[in-house]
Amino acid sequence: MIAFNKYYNHFNLLSSVLIVVSLLLLIFKGLNFGIDFKGGTLIELRASDSKINVSSLRDRFNQMDLGDVSVKKFGNDTDFLVKFENKDNKKNIIEEIKANLDKSFGNNYDFRRVENVGPKVSAELLKSGVIAISLSLALMLIYIWIRFEWQFSLGAILALFHDVIVTLGVFSLFSLEINLSIIAAVLTIVGYSMNDTVVIFDRVRENLRKYSDIKIFELTNISINETLSRTIITSATTLLALLAIYFFGGEILKGFSLAMILGVVFGTYSSIYIANTVLVRLRVSQKTVLREDDQNKLN
Amino acid sequence: MLYFSKLRILFITLFSVLFILIASSNLFKFDDNFFDKKINLGLDLQGGSYLLLEIDNEPVIEQKLQNLTTTIRNYFKEKNIKINNIKIDNQNIFFNVTDNDKQSVLDVFQDENSDLNPYYPRFKSHQLEIEDTGLNLKVNFSRQGLIKLKNSSQDQAIEIVRRRVDEVGTNEPNILKRGNNRILVELPGLDDPMRIKSLLGKTANLTFRFVTNDENDRFGVEKLKFENGLEEATVSKRIIISGENLLDAQPKMDTQTNQTIVSFSLDRVGAKRFGKATSTGIGKQLAIVLDGKIISAPVVRDTIASGSGQISGGFTFQTATDLALLLRSGALPAPLEIIEERTVGPDLGQDSINAGMIALAIGFMLVIIFMFVKYKIFGLITNVTLIVNLFILLGVLTLFEATLTLPGIAGIILTVGMAVDANVLIFERIKEELKDETNNILAFDGGYTKSRTAILDANITTLLAAIILFFMGSGPVKGFAVTLGVGIFTTLFSVYFIARLFTSIYVSRNKNKEKLI
Repeated sequence: MIAFNKYYNHFNLLSSVLIVVSLLLLIFKGLNFGIDFKGGTLIELRASDSKINVSSLRDRFNQMDLGDVSVKKFGNDTDFLVKFENKDNKKNIIEEIKANLDKSFGNNYDFRRVENVGPKVSAELLKSGVIAISLSLALMLIYIWIRFEWQFSLGAILALFHDVIVTLGVFSLFSLEINLSIIAAVLTIVGYSMNDTVVIFDRVRENLRKYSDIKIFELTNISINETLSRTIITSATTLLALLAIYFFGGEILKGFSLAMILGVVFGTYSSIYIANTVLVRLRVSQKTVLREDDQNKLN
Repeated sequence: MLYFSKLRILFITLFSVLFILIASSNLFKFDDNFFDKKINLGLDLQGGSYLLLEIDNEPVIEQKLQNLTTTIRNYFKEKNIKINNIKIDNQNIFFNVTDNDKQSVLDVFQDENSDLNPYYPRFKSHQLEIEDTGLNLKVNFSRQGLIKLKNSSQDQAIEIVRRRVDEVGTNEPNILKRGNNRILVELPGLDDPMRIKSLLGKTANLTFRFVTNDENDRFGVEKLKFENGLEEATVSKRIIISGENLLDAQPKMDTQTNQTIVSFSLDRVGAKRFGKATSTGIGKQLAIVLDGKIISAPVVRDTIASGSGQISGGFTFQTATDLALLLRSGALPAPLEIIEERTVGPDLGQDSINAGMIALAIGFMLVIIFMFVKYKIFGLITNVTLIVNLFILLGVLTLFEATLTLPGIAGIILTVGMAVDANVLIFERIKEELKDETNNILAFDGGYTKSRTAILDANITTLLAAIILFFMGSGPVKGFAVTLGVGIFTTLFSVYFIARLFTSIYVSRNKNKEKLI
């Protein structure tokens, strides 16, 4: 048996630091919103001429008076991602850009993807993204409240917040782009983290009923160990699947799979080191569970 | 628990085979009459264009209010009620009444059977609201009135958009209402949406009006620019004929001048009016105005009674074709703005499919190898379940003709990764039971019953996330929610029916084996 409980305090401290740092990052550095949430235009361009590179493209685009233009390589040497604000929301901007690029590069390039999100739509998408995440957290709270005693709910929700905040913190730290698929990833992380926590909690509760003489500090450790094999296998297979998406699923899914990988790692960690320590700190005992059982019987 | 009746085994086998067949119908072509369902590919996979259009209702409201002032003026004139100083300001109509007439005016607006101000019993609301501000009254659209107006302009606009898109002839366009002032246009397989974008960007309001220099024209005059933006002309506001009078419009080559023109034919009313105007207006210039710009202003040389004519204006064949198309499909009730556009080229779509499939294959292999190494015989059972699960998942998606997107493929891969969870929970539990239980069959039973709540909890939480995503997400992300959500159900089915069947067979054959797992 591994003594996970030996490090409860250490990891609680670490998590607190992580959360504080993430929050500071989110407040002061903020998130790097993509055009989905900020509005603007994105062009994925494939070149068939080595003359076309990041600097020549940047030169061209900067001459077109489009506001802030960012040009990056996208996956390999021939693919580029160009983003700009398109502040005036010009109508025929894509045609103009094409005509302009034709002059310098001829026919040696191709627009593979064009996205243009107006300011109204991006504001709405951001709003619905925030609503979706809040709603999912609220639903999880309600669900866990129905299924478990309040101490457990608190533990699960704290773990959930930890995972979401730290994942977003990493995105802020490395200025990784937040787009619609990241919202999907965060929601899935919420589901996964909850899933992981619930499995251990289920066992804790079962053991609480079984043993009256073991303190919660020990009991959580027993439960973690009993479910450890499952925790390892499930997170391993999930991570294997996600790594396959990250490395082979193409550039478009990179951000999404990275967020999910982070989420799974944090989710597994927080089920052990946040959710359980809340139970310990709240001195959950057999009485906690039995009281609830009695109430359920009465009802 | 251990026992599976023959009937049940048969059912599970048939069900699995059925879904494997359905899923494989995406790969092999079956007879279409027999089974023609297929998983749809999202725009991000097959390539195409997604356009979200917003109707700008301001001009419609302005126009309606303009018409209303006339209606109101005439209505009260007939009733011998004096109203004066009627004017429009900031989407409100203001007019003055005398003290004596005020109550009767208010009554007219609040009468439920009023033909001036229609009443909607269902919403308990009039079309117009009147506000009593002394002797100056303020009239504007009520909330319901505005909603009705927006709905009707959306209905008209979607019809016109559909006609224009159909005329261009893309395959299987998808045109839907969004809210009460937006229209979603999905154009699969369309590589370059520029033509459609420019066609949808035009209101196509066509009028024929005389050029005049008479400042005292009864209908008023306005200065309009020519299409080239250089010249200007003063045009009467009197409309001879408008786009509504057109029966047909086609691009043609004028054999005499060798110019591309648009020839049109008029309906009966239009032909009559056109004939009359051309007979009285010989020698005058007739301006052909499209969306506030003069295309051309030819001099009338003869009476045109045939009800057909032609527009010339230095067109190329393409611009003539587009103008004819716009005229045939009719004018939009209000200008449209493209507020969101997402276009994916077909080769990027194909690349995404390839990458997705490779990731799926590799992810699948990794999980299968891992499970076999870790679990041996039970790993094998899990793997068989996983494969059947994948087929059932694809089968369900096919059956509902769901739309598969790139994030949707990610959802399938993720399902593969997470689907082992339930089996692992069960097998781990059986292992634990075996520590105190020497009877393999009882341990097997215990493993299944005792793991049930954890499995249920775990899947419900993921399902909740998927449901929220489905309702809040858009486009590609919705595809992810679908595969993730459906994946939960197929996983539960394959774990509790298929995996359990195999496990029970294995356990009953090894009742007395020392080390079961």
